[in-house]
Amino acid sequence: MSLAAEVLGNGRALLGKAGSFTLFTLRMLRVTPRALLRPSLVIAQVFNTGALSLVIIMLSGLFVGMVLALQGYDLLQRFGSTESLGTATGLAILKELGPVVTALLFAGRAGTSLTSEIGLMAATDQLAAMEMMAVDPIRRVCAPRFIGGFISMPLLAAIFGMIGIFGAQLVGVTLMGVDSGQFWSQMRGAVALKDVTEGILKSIVFGFACSAIAVYEGYHAVPTAEGVGRATTRTVVTSSVAVLVIDYMLTAVLL
Amino acid sequence: MSQIRSTEIGTGLFALLGFAALFFLVTQITSRGFSWHDQSYHLTARFSNVGGLKVGAPVSMAGVTIGRVESIDFDSTDYKAVAHLKVEQRYKKIPDDSDVAIYTAGLLGGQYVGFTAGGSETYFKEGDQIEMTQSAIVLENLISKYLFDKAGQGPAKPAEGAAK
Amino acid sequence: MTGPATAAPSPGAADAVVSLEGVSYAVGGRSIFDRLDIGIERGKVTAIMGPSGTGKTTLLRLITGQIRADAGRIQVDGTDVGTLDNDGLYRLRRGMGMLFQNGALLTDLDVYENVAFPLREHTNLPESLVARIVLMKLHAVGLRGAARLLPGELSGGMARRVALARAIVMDPKLLIYDEPFAGLDPIALGVVLRLIRDTNDALGITSIVVSHDVHEISALADRAYLLSGGRVVAAGTPAQLNADASPIVRQFMGGLPDGPVAFQYPAPDYAAQLLGAEVPR
Repeated sequence: MSLAAEVLGNGRALLGKAGSFTLFTLRMLRVTPRALLRPSLVIAQVFNTGALSLVIIMLSGLFVGMVLALQGYDLLQRFGSTESLGTATGLAILKELGPVVTALLFAGRAGTSLTSEIGLMAATDQLAAMEMMAVDPIRRVCAPRFIGGFISMPLLAAIFGMIGIFGAQLVGVTLMGVDSGQFWSQMRGAVALKDVTEGILKSIVFGFACSAIAVYEGYHAVPTAEGVGRATTRTVVTSSVAVLVIDYMLTAVLL
Repeated sequence: MSQIRSTEIGTGLFALLGFAALFFLVTQITSRGFSWHDQSYHLTARFSNVGGLKVGAPVSMAGVTIGRVESIDFDSTDYKAVAHLKVEQRYKKIPDDSDVAIYTAGLLGGQYVGFTAGGSETYFKEGDQIEMTQSAIVLENLISKYLFDKAGQGPAKPAEGAAK
Repeated sequence: MTGPATAAPSPGAADAVVSLEGVSYAVGGRSIFDRLDIGIERGKVTAIMGPSGTGKTTLLRLITGQIRADAGRIQVDGTDVGTLDNDGLYRLRRGMGMLFQNGALLTDLDVYENVAFPLREHTNLPESLVARIVLMKLHAVGLRGAARLLPGELSGGMARRVALARAIVMDPKLLIYDEPFAGLDPIALGVVLRLIRDTNDALGITSIVVSHDVHEISALADRAYLLSGGRVVAAGTPAQLNADASPIVRQFMGGLPDGPVAFQYPAPDYAAQLLGAEVPR
């Protein structure tokens, strides 16, 4: 058991998993149009992944914005340009923190719930029962959850961004005494539409990745209580790493 | 049934909030959002150097933003930069002998186009070209000019120091 | 419903809805079935029995096409399951109903919606008709009053009855029960036994019951197969099996702790291991 052999083995396992993930995602995308014919199922999942994540997203957005304003003020004060606080916090939230933090929270809140839900359905034979009733579980169970997550993520990121900017304004203007007019006008002057669309595009990609990973892990979970628990952990780890890697690549391309 | 209904209401509220946030970000945070009363007229100004002027930079008069820089082109016939300005319709009474200059907001801030009012009785209208322009002040040029002036005044001083 | 079904008698064996001919199946080099021959007669309740680990559930998965045999032929109602693609399998399964061990009800839907599920997925019936069918099926299993309960609120026996109602909602020709008696109290057991028999006879369908509960099978089945070691070791009516003299049948039917299926898991010599005081590796 040399190290090289072990590394090789791990590499092969990783490749195999990547392949199986890709095939699963393609299979899911193929049944997506048919899944969309049942909007009530998708709506229920938008509620499940989006509306139920709202509180945690808003709370986090508020505090991320507030701490960003605090740190930004301290930094900008050293250069005597605190009026740029709006620009700094606005760009940071819209382009980077909004999509990324939302995606990480999404993986922890909605992703885990998707994985454990599907995993438990597999563990209690519900997926097998569907197959026996000639109902494709990927179309009936996986696809609506995937679409729901995919729809929710950009909306959550937008809400996070809006609340974050208000949080920054709260600290910067109300607490630190930056001029309100300066704060907003500098932000409006510096933030272009492209910056907003960049953030939205990121959150759309993250929504795709996080939802697909969560559904994949749930569907392929070992159908026992332990297996579902492990799959849930894997969802958080894989989604988080994926989000950060994709974020770097997207930023490099879009910047 | 009532459970399904509350799910739908929750989803609806969530979607509404999400799209409202998107709309807010696109229109209120950016410089070039959609505007309902998007009535404006266009002017062009030729500069020998626009410096760091960017598309979307404010066009101001007496410190009030009255429009935006819509695009910046390069005219290869006379090697000048052509800035297309979009000025809001409600600021239509600008004398047509006004001059424009490119200023810098603060020491490190972005650059903007500023009007200085002239005394003419006639005003700019759609498509006019502004005749009197003053280019951007390029900081490097200013510094080097200052240094050359100093060098011309007293070449002996630094030499003395060096000799010692 | 049974009238036209018997119109085409197959030559040789009795009218078989499901037939397995020389079916072999192995997982990871370990043989599960070795040239298995089974015929399920139309309109009868057939039991598949055997000690734990003989692959009874695997057999069901073969019949329903969830897995494919390595060799041999599996026919369901004249269709070779092994040659069907995914769509073909789904079409085949619409004519089957299956009852999983614990019911496998969809946990986010109530009893009514669980029973209505196949109708909603496969048909476009108006709501009033769906309601009538669902209530009829629920009434048949005695749970019309439980329509709005959630699966989490049901006892094990009730969950299985709901699952039965769901399995017959599409009027299948073949009903498959996977361990329907496991973990039920005597009253629920009696209810499920009667329901399986009544459903089979009243609707004129064919039932396959996988179980290792000898007493229940003796009371219920028309015919039983006893599997062991990947082969059919005995077949016939429960009475015939009870009278069978072969050691494995005697052990299974009589519930004897030791016999061909050994009490001791394979181990090194007892005395030698104790005297040597070896720690098992």
